[in-house]
Amino acid sequence: MVEHKDVHEEILLAPIAQTGPGFYWAVAGLAVFILWGAIAYAVQFHQGLGVTGLQQPVSWGFYVTNFVFFIGISHAGTLISAILRLSKAEWRRPITRMAEVITVMVLFIGAGQILIDLGRPDRMMNVIRYGRYQSPLLWDATSISAYLTASVVYLYLPMIPDIAVLRDRLKKRKLFYSVLALGWTGTEHQQRILNRAIAIMAVLVIPIAVSVHSVVSFVFSMTLQPMWHSTIFGPYFVVGAIFSGIAALIVAMIVFRKAYGLEPYLKPIHFRYLGQLLLIMALLWFYFTFSEYLTGYYGAEPEEMKVFWAKFIGPFWPFFWAMVLCNFVIPIACLARLSQRTVGKVLIASLSVTVGMWLERFIIVVPTLSFPRVPFPEGVYSPTWVEWGLMAGSFALFALFYLLFTKLFPIISIWEIQEGRETGLKEVEERLLTYLPDEAEANILAVSTRGR
Amino acid sequence: MALWGMVIDLDRCTGCQACVMACKAENNVPAVGQKEAERGRIISWMQVLTETDEEHHSEKMRFIPRPCLQCDDPPCTKVCPVYATYRNPEGIIAQIYNRCIGCRFCMAACPYNAKYFNWYTYQKEKPGQNPDVSVREKGVVEKCTFCHHRLQKARERAHAEKREIEPGEYNTACAQACPAQAIIFGDLADPGSEVSKLARSPRAFKLQEELGTKPKVIYLTEGEGGG
Repeated sequence: MVEHKDVHEEILLAPIAQTGPGFYWAVAGLAVFILWGAIAYAVQFHQGLGVTGLQQPVSWGFYVTNFVFFIGISHAGTLISAILRLSKAEWRRPITRMAEVITVMVLFIGAGQILIDLGRPDRMMNVIRYGRYQSPLLWDATSISAYLTASVVYLYLPMIPDIAVLRDRLKKRKLFYSVLALGWTGTEHQQRILNRAIAIMAVLVIPIAVSVHSVVSFVFSMTLQPMWHSTIFGPYFVVGAIFSGIAALIVAMIVFRKAYGLEPYLKPIHFRYLGQLLLIMALLWFYFTFSEYLTGYYGAEPEEMKVFWAKFIGPFWPFFWAMVLCNFVIPIACLARLSQRTVGKVLIASLSVTVGMWLERFIIVVPTLSFPRVPFPEGVYSPTWVEWGLMAGSFALFALFYLLFTKLFPIISIWEIQEGRETGLKEVEERLLTYLPDEAEANILAVSTRGR
Repeated sequence: MALWGMVIDLDRCTGCQACVMACKAENNVPAVGQKEAERGRIISWMQVLTETDEEHHSEKMRFIPRPCLQCDDPPCTKVCPVYATYRNPEGIIAQIYNRCIGCRFCMAACPYNAKYFNWYTYQKEKPGQNPDVSVREKGVVEKCTFCHHRLQKARERAHAEKREIEPGEYNTACAQACPAQAIIFGDLADPGSEVSKLARSPRAFKLQEELGTKPKVIYLTEGEGGG
């Protein structure tokens, strides 16, 4: 047993203990994009939102699209991890932490998009000083900050035993790890409290996560605008969020599997299960999209139809049909059969869904604003280098945060992997036995029926 | 309490844009310049929208002068996160420029596109501006206020003279400037006022009335021989 422990610790601590040139190249590459974003924001802060392609009537564009997209990605982590934990899916063990880190990191980026979008970022504290709870933006602020808090706690709790390992095994950052380990020694009492705390957080985090993307959708559906004012927007956005979240999680898993040599931990079976989950979400997403558009089309309300046709055959057709291709056709084709070349197929599907879900957010935000109800001059929105820069910078910043995390903490939970072999196996066997009919009871029953 | 409203007679409107210019001068509405205008960033609190008749395409054009419609159930104030826009007791939708955080949610929510954004610093305080109206900074939303500063002035004058505001004492710049007298402004709460009488006309209609926003700008449709 002791040997097992050492092997896991050695492999999973390796990225923290040693740093190769690959890391510095990656950081340098990301820094270029972050610098582009930083310059773009400095220009925008100095001159005003005029440097963007926004105008009237399209007063929301890339920033709001990215806000919805990033907050959607955040559903990868905490929500999926909580569901897998609660359903006692044993294959979750090497995945949960990777997922939870995505949530925490991407929430910062997502919330940041709204700050970038403000005309007066210097007055953002007004939201707290004069906050008005009738506004869906306040619901967003509340829900997202609750989700961020819960996700940080939910990420941190299962890390405590691993931080203790880092404290004992690693030679650097002694104080940092000692403080964060909270005096963990691994006694039975500590373990019991930890498991209880994780279970409570897992239950708590699910309703919060569902609320987050519901209220994000309410920003649109609470207005009277055509193709926004829809009752299914809440669940539609939540489904899309989980969909894009799983895709992002798979991409992150494959990247770090390759970079850190985690193949023994992240096996094709993990990708197969996640791929099946992605397939289900693709079908669910299609169902929601179909319902949404069919309802609009059949009712044929003129204002709705203006936006509807703009998406189907009008100026937005390339985005709309690319979305259908990326979110439905490609994933279905890739994920229908996963017995061979699982990882490659799942990767293609996930990249495709990530692009497709971004397009979906864009196709929700911009076309509605482009076609006002009144005969107002119609607007054509095309983003400027500032918006592209901030988008590239946001993605790069997210990747950098994630990368730095993997340099400070093990990206796969060491103790949960060990627990899988030590207690998980036995637990699963015991649990399985409780599902089956009791042998002794069955015998007695068989005898009594024969006697009759 | 008064309920300020407006009637715009489309039969009388010639599309001359005198209301637009009067509004810009009165309310220090900035001229954004050709480049910005081409990008779709004109600020025009009063804007003349044009609509072609679907039956007589390219023959018949309808001019719809559109100020802020001062809805009694405004979709824009509902969504503001910081109370920067609200309906005041006399039914005017106010905008607090110094509180607005520039999230543009109200612009997205307004079904009439009556709200405008300062994408850049379009102007600074300078001589020649109306001193009664504050100059907006970059990054905030602005819109028609029914020349609210004129109401304040009229009220102060009436208060100093210890009397009520008389009908006609408070009028908007657009109504004053209209050469065809297509814009009539007044108190909708007073059933005897001209604006109230016109609002009861069989020709009266409201823009997007089905949305339930209850606008206080009422249009009179063209007569039989109009157009």
